[in-house]
Amino acid sequence: MHSLILATATRLLLPLMLMFSIFLLIRGHNEPGGGFVGGLVAGAGFTLYAAAYGVSQASNMLRIDPKRLIGAGLLVAVSSALLSLFLGLPLMTGLWYKEPLPVIGKVGTPMLFDVGVYLVVIGVTVTITFSLFEAEGE
Amino acid sequence: MDFLLMAPVLIPFVTGILMLLFWGQRDVHRILNVAGAALLLTAAIVLLDSVARHGVQATQLGNWPAPFGISFVADLFSAIMVVITGLTALAVAVYSLGSMDEARERFGYYPLLHIMFMGICGAFLTGDIFNLYVWFEVLLMSSFVLIALGGERAQLEGSIKYVTLNLLSSALFLSAVGILYGAVGTLNMADLAQQLALLDQPGMVLTLAMLFLVAFGIKAAIFPLFAWLPASYHTPPIAVSAIFAGLLTKVGVYALIRVFSLLFVQNIALTHGLILILAGLTMVSGVLGAVAQNEFRRILSFHIISQIGYMIMGLGLFTPLAMAGAVFYIIHHIIVKMNLFLVSGIVHRLRGSYELKDLGDVYKTYPWLAILFLIPAFSLAGFPPLSGFWAKLMLVQAGLQVKQYVIVAVSLIVSLLTAFSMTKIWAEAFWKQAPAPHQPNTQHLTLMVAPVVGLALVTAVIGLSAQPFFDLAQRAANQLLDPAEYIAAVQSASLALR
Repeated sequence: MHSLILATATRLLLPLMLMFSIFLLIRGHNEPGGGFVGGLVAGAGFTLYAAAYGVSQASNMLRIDPKRLIGAGLLVAVSSALLSLFLGLPLMTGLWYKEPLPVIGKVGTPMLFDVGVYLVVIGVTVTITFSLFEAEGE
Repeated sequence: MDFLLMAPVLIPFVTGILMLLFWGQRDVHRILNVAGAALLLTAAIVLLDSVARHGVQATQLGNWPAPFGISFVADLFSAIMVVITGLTALAVAVYSLGSMDEARERFGYYPLLHIMFMGICGAFLTGDIFNLYVWFEVLLMSSFVLIALGGERAQLEGSIKYVTLNLLSSALFLSAVGILYGAVGTLNMADLAQQLALLDQPGMVLTLAMLFLVAFGIKAAIFPLFAWLPASYHTPPIAVSAIFAGLLTKVGVYALIRVFSLLFVQNIALTHGLILILAGLTMVSGVLGAVAQNEFRRILSFHIISQIGYMIMGLGLFTPLAMAGAVFYIIHHIIVKMNLFLVSGIVHRLRGSYELKDLGDVYKTYPWLAILFLIPAFSLAGFPPLSGFWAKLMLVQAGLQVKQYVIVAVSLIVSLLTAFSMTKIWAEAFWKQAPAPHQPNTQHLTLMVAPVVGLALVTAVIGLSAQPFFDLAQRAANQLLDPAEYIAAVQSASLALR
């Protein structure tokens, strides 16, 4: 089923949703938001695209296998926990950059962890919804 | 030191992640699988060595002091369990290369396996009771998928029973943790040990103890909560059965021993007396269940239950020798039980069946396999000089010391019945004439035989030079019976924080 209205709206909505998801991600470690909701919003954007244009086009746009996205996200999250070990501190100790950056605010390993969560959530939601669309299409 | 404590959790986790990154590339998965397991075993041995030299070690995750942050603690018992996990992980990793079908390999069998190892190691090393719940969930989630992966009819039937009862047990565990937190206001196990001693509410403490006994009792498959085990353990592929049979129920036993040596020691006569009675009933019901079975894996599954009884018997007696016996028994049992399952897989490969009535002639055609079966089977039944003999000797002696003659008599009779069961498998599968010829499938057989030989060697080494293992078990038992060192390690880890 191809809908012109949905397709046109998606073309406008997807960039907005992706920008909003990044906004949520960056804001997350200081204010409401975070990697999880950010990832959900981005995942919803890709799902919308798949609904409008089909799974194969959406996969083309995503470029990367969503399962690898899960792996990459986990790797980022683990490395945020591992950094402190190399400084002789216990695993998962939060490390912060002293000076707050403009716009973003203070950054540190919790933010890196959030980026990992963000990628994992996108990977998981996209894997689930894409396989549901594919099962429906069969 | 922090790295050493966390490595048994991090290594399987990173292995699993790397496999996700190489999703669908079967060869890469197979290489990572063996490399990850070998690395896990190495890290575990280094950790055990360090704990044996320097005493109990602890770290506070995220640099938060106990009782607020999560402690990771390795005492000798934990470290021994992690080493056994590494050993079985390596054995099953190699065995899977030869026995697992390609479809399951492509659908993520190896990453699931390693995430399960992560959960198991986490459960052994955590020093926080809620965190223990989390690790249980990690390992259960992967085990749920592992048991159902492949989606054969029998498998799904088995996994429904497995999942339902394990979820029930998790719910009980979580409620118990919640009530415990409400009563005492802390979840750190070292802190709990101190706070519970001060708490003057014997009724509440006893209720909590019973909740934990039931929750872990389901997971460990003790009487009368074991029905799920023989209904599900024989359904997945043999490599999965083997790791479940060897390792998973023993996580429940570990949790029982930990909780009933560190936390609930206020009313030993009642709680540990009850555990002793349950131990006897578990042994008897397991072994009688096995007598009625005629399928290789089902017989072995029922024997897991009766063997759990021996471990719990050590906990119930609660003397230094008995606890050492329990620790020794767990070491011996995991290796031997896993090996028997692996042998049953090889027999299935060569003769095409697990049903005893369809088997036969294995001794005549494959005498080497008969010997590989005899070592773990004799050890399981407790023949000297194999590892099972020493484990049982310790427990019997401990029982005689405190004049618990009934449980000693029960354990000896059950031992005899175990020998009977092993003889049944021997006579039916190995000795009698095969009812029909079968074309054996010898593809990748070496990969399946190598871990069996390795584990049989370990059994023989434990049996022939039992003294160092006995000393280690004794030291682990002393640490369990006197939690002062455990508590002190957590406290000093908190004090050392910057």
